[in-house]
Amino acid sequence: MKVELEADKCVASGQCVVAAMDVFDQDDDGIAILLTEQIGDDQLDDVKEAVAVCPAAAIRLVQA
Amino acid sequence: MAETVAGPAHDGADTVPEFPMPRASRCPFDPPPGLKELQEQGPLAKVRLWDGSEPWLVTRYAEQRAVLGDPRASADTDQPGYPTKASAEAGEGKLSFIMMDDPEHARLRRMVTAPFAIRKVEALRPAVQRIVDGLIDDMLAGPGPVDLVEAFALPIPSLVICELLGVPYDDHAMFQDNTRTMVRTTATPEERGAATREIAGYLAGQIARRLTDPKDDLLSGIAGRVAAGELTHGQATEMALLLLIAGHETTANMITLGTAALLEHPDQLALLRDTDDPKLVASAVEELLRYLHITHLGRRRAVTEDIEIAGQVIRAGEGVIMVNEIGNRDPEVFEDPDRLDITRDARRHVAFGFGVHQCLGQPLARMELQVVYGTLYRRIPTLRLACALEDVKFKHDAFIYGIHELPVAW
Repeated sequence: MKVELEADKCVASGQCVVAAMDVFDQDDDGIAILLTEQIGDDQLDDVKEAVAVCPAAAIRLVQA
Repeated sequence: MAETVAGPAHDGADTVPEFPMPRASRCPFDPPPGLKELQEQGPLAKVRLWDGSEPWLVTRYAEQRAVLGDPRASADTDQPGYPTKASAEAGEGKLSFIMMDDPEHARLRRMVTAPFAIRKVEALRPAVQRIVDGLIDDMLAGPGPVDLVEAFALPIPSLVICELLGVPYDDHAMFQDNTRTMVRTTATPEERGAATREIAGYLAGQIARRLTDPKDDLLSGIAGRVAAGELTHGQATEMALLLLIAGHETTANMITLGTAALLEHPDQLALLRDTDDPKLVASAVEELLRYLHITHLGRRRAVTEDIEIAGQVIRAGEGVIMVNEIGNRDPEVFEDPDRLDITRDARRHVAFGFGVHQCLGQPLARMELQVVYGTLYRRIPTLRLACALEDVKFKHDAFIYGIHELPVAW
């Protein structure tokens, strides 16, 4: 699976970082950044959690 | 358990129920029975407010998130149909960006997001641990019982915000005295006004000083925006004041409500007290955020274009209220929602709201609560209420729900 992030929608809640620390980080202003686009099966649950808790609906999971 | 503080919320299907509604007298941790009833009836209901207006109340989790995530639902209190909380709120000045819509809301909010990034908040954890340990040392050194609000719950956010803003240690006492007056419900409007003016003047002075002598703190970040011409001095002070107020009573009330709720659920308290697993402590924080509620008057919006929610069209100019405490008790999302269970996965709760206005300080609030809940009951394992729960005064009438005074002993 592939992760897509629309950084201009991000409101810097940091929830994606808490949910999936290997996949998301934040820049100096707290705006989310993607550490990797391709994710493995072992990261899928964490990324699904990140999608669910993102208050700005800025994260999507798509078929790679 | 259905006995209410001030009679039934409404008397028939034809009447629009009044909001806010009273809680059941012996269930201070549960939503008002009338709200649960509305939730069972459907995702939307009309309610009547203090001024006779009849906005929509959104009762369920999915629909609450949908409205809070919709840009056509405005947070601007001047929009037609905005459901105001009380006469005082109508005509009051706007408290910086929380009462604005994008793009101006996003422009201002992004100026202060940096210190709330997860890494920056984690870097503050040792300082918060020192503050919490110091306050517990002081409590244990003196005689009990003490009021946990005054001795512990209020000083924590106050000292943490000093740390975050960069208030020099010598000014802490002045800062704490004034913030305490600002949030004390028994303070007169004059006392509160004077305290607010003194703090605002102080913050303006600190921001001005950082224009020429910047440090590595939040006030310097705000001063930088003034220097760059992105904020006026007035906007900068208002923003600093918002950050100060927003993190104060909210955190303090979660500390006291959480403690009172845990003392009423000794099995859950024992789990938390006996663990050294930070994951269980973090899970307890999420569950207490889900189970309890401090924003009991709901998150409020005015609809600026017709939107359809659960098959119902909400017209432009109508108001909408999302009471997140019943969203967090939605049985569709949380199994057995009225049970406090610190081992459940409660991370999807909407205690911090949802959408672009979701609480900016939530990483800080979570970390503070993790330190508090992870420390207080371990260090004082015999902590108990020093009065009956029925005698604890809950803040039924305040903007933020919580506890006025919580006498504890050990």
